[in-house]
Amino acid sequence: MRRTVAALLRKELLVELRTLESVPGMSLFAVTTFVVFHFALSRNTVEGDLGAGILWVTLLFAAILGVNRLFVADAEEGGFDGFLLAPVDRTALLVAKALTLLAYLLVLELIAVPAFALLLLGPPIGQALPELLGVLALGDLGVAAIGTLVAALAVRTRARDLLGPLLGLPLLVPVVIGGARATSPLFALSHPTAPAARWLLTLGLYDLVFGLIAYALFDFLLED
Amino acid sequence: MTALEVEGLARHYGEREALSGVSLSLDAGQTLAVFGPNGAGKTTLLRVLATLLRPHAGSVRVLGSTLPEQSWSVRGRIGLLGHEPLLYRELTARENLRFHARLHGVDEHRVDELLEAVAVSGRSREPLRTLSRGMVQRIAVARAVLHDPELLLLDEPYSNLDPAAVELVSPLIGAASGRTRVICSHDPAGGLAEADVVLGLRAGRPVLLSGASGVGGAEIAELYR
Amino acid sequence: MYGKGLRALSISTVVAMTLALSLVFFYAPLDAEQGFLQKIFYVHVPLAIVALCGFIAGALLAIMHLRTRDPRWDLRSYVAIHMSLIFGVGALITGSIWAKGSWGHWWVWSEPTLVSFLIVFLLYATYQPLRFAIEDPERQSRYASVFAITAGAFVPLNFIAVRLSTAYLHPRVLGSTSNLPGSMALTFVVSLLAIALLFVTLCKFELTAKHTRAQIRALRRRLVGEMPDTLERRSRSAAPALSPGGAVGAHTASRTVL
Repeated sequence: MRRTVAALLRKELLVELRTLESVPGMSLFAVTTFVVFHFALSRNTVEGDLGAGILWVTLLFAAILGVNRLFVADAEEGGFDGFLLAPVDRTALLVAKALTLLAYLLVLELIAVPAFALLLLGPPIGQALPELLGVLALGDLGVAAIGTLVAALAVRTRARDLLGPLLGLPLLVPVVIGGARATSPLFALSHPTAPAARWLLTLGLYDLVFGLIAYALFDFLLED
Repeated sequence: MTALEVEGLARHYGEREALSGVSLSLDAGQTLAVFGPNGAGKTTLLRVLATLLRPHAGSVRVLGSTLPEQSWSVRGRIGLLGHEPLLYRELTARENLRFHARLHGVDEHRVDELLEAVAVSGRSREPLRTLSRGMVQRIAVARAVLHDPELLLLDEPYSNLDPAAVELVSPLIGAASGRTRVICSHDPAGGLAEADVVLGLRAGRPVLLSGASGVGGAEIAELYR
Repeated sequence: MYGKGLRALSISTVVAMTLALSLVFFYAPLDAEQGFLQKIFYVHVPLAIVALCGFIAGALLAIMHLRTRDPRWDLRSYVAIHMSLIFGVGALITGSIWAKGSWGHWWVWSEPTLVSFLIVFLLYATYQPLRFAIEDPERQSRYASVFAITAGAFVPLNFIAVRLSTAYLHPRVLGSTSNLPGSMALTFVVSLLAIALLFVTLCKFELTAKHTRAQIRALRRRLVGEMPDTLERRSRSAAPALSPGGAVGAHTASRTVL
């Protein structure tokens, strides 16, 4: 299983490095969105609830871009058949794709969070950074699990670009709730405080449940 | 040893029967040629044998294992060459074959061997999208036999190949390879020449099943009427 | 045989609904604060509860489908979800009317049940487009079942998350029925029963109609023979179609190959 996941991951990252079709797009989209928000809200800085909300919504929509492209190369070219013919555990594909999406999200955040701090965020981000990274990591796990499941559902349908977001966004609302609520005290203007434990717990529970569900159901999407 | 035992295989697509009442038997090392017009169910049959599609009725035993319950045990011993090359266009021949080698647990020097055998070594480090269809087809052949399968499932394998290329791949997927083979073909003469058993399909139903010696070109042509 | 018990169900539904309506209008006391408008609670909450149970039932039926591969489970799952969606729209509309009457706005974010319901509704509204977008009927059923199970697991988690997040406004009669005075509780329970019966009856109607249609198609095939694709052009639909091997089981076993 681990060997298969490693082989798949290698292929994924190789294709992404060759085509650069996911990560640069996601990152550029996020930075552009921050600019759009500046004009849409007519504000130079944001903090607290508003800041947390803008960050999470932007990351979410950028993530959807990545989700949409996750299985496209397989569906169109290499074909799932190549993988399905191999004597391997099929759930390895889920794990490899989720890890790939996670990697994309981490790179996205590496670019988007500093951009956000630079362009829009009022309070300095320095001290809140470790907690912020923790919250982002928890959120990323949820997005990776659900994003992969939804991408697999949507890719072999006729309206794949539309169905991905339509299925994914409602499912990700609790992640946004947990993530934004956990982040807003970190962006408080006066004195930032740590995120409330209940939101971290919500995020963690959600990640766990949907990780397990994705694991249990993924095989049914692959076979015919 | 019987390589294939199929009894009453059926597979439907909604209310349409893609395959119905297909029965056949094939010994190890023999070649089965499948003929029939487009939409007759040839590709469906191949995909069922490849464990990619579940049988909806009937029984299928491939290399001694029952499908679909024991599909996992047979996957590494089947090679499929379908209409799609199952290769990533952005990766090179070498990278594609290495990927499949890792998936099948095959040693990587096999990749070099096969690249030589299909005469692609010179351009094995260029992305597939820069290569001609004939070359891609040859690399697909290499992919299909990379893991040294006992059973080959070939869907019009010689399409896109010029005569020189056909000669190149014959030792790998032709009668000389010694493997059990199922070939779907639109070429009655060529297909018959290589076959031990012949199956004719029309609208998913078997209308012709016999040893190759008992069948002539005329009967095959009838199928397409 | 399908449609068994349909008459009994229909009659009991009519009886229950009549009883519930009479209780609501003539028996249940008028609420001190909200007056007559409060009576919409007897429609809104049962609709919401039944819809939610319907979604969860859809998930359970989908699990059965994935385990047994029998397309009849998928049909039941489809009917449960699509009926719940309709009841869900009813719940949203009645909830909105109630919000307007109680708080003056057609929509309030402070009511966690209404909000979670909206999200659940938005999710399930994609169920039919998803089905419609997959042409292979077997794959359509399978993917729909995966979706139904995921969405079913989502429903309770979503409620928890939204409830945590909204400033919890506890309206007078929402919450456990132990808060309700006896007469209101009785009316509520009867209404709940009536709406649940309505749900089950409507589902049964739809299932019977679909099975019957499939049987007719199969019989027509036996009489007329296999029709070429060009003549029998059935339009694509989001609803699962029962294949010859599905609902009509024993009958098709004796089909002769024409």
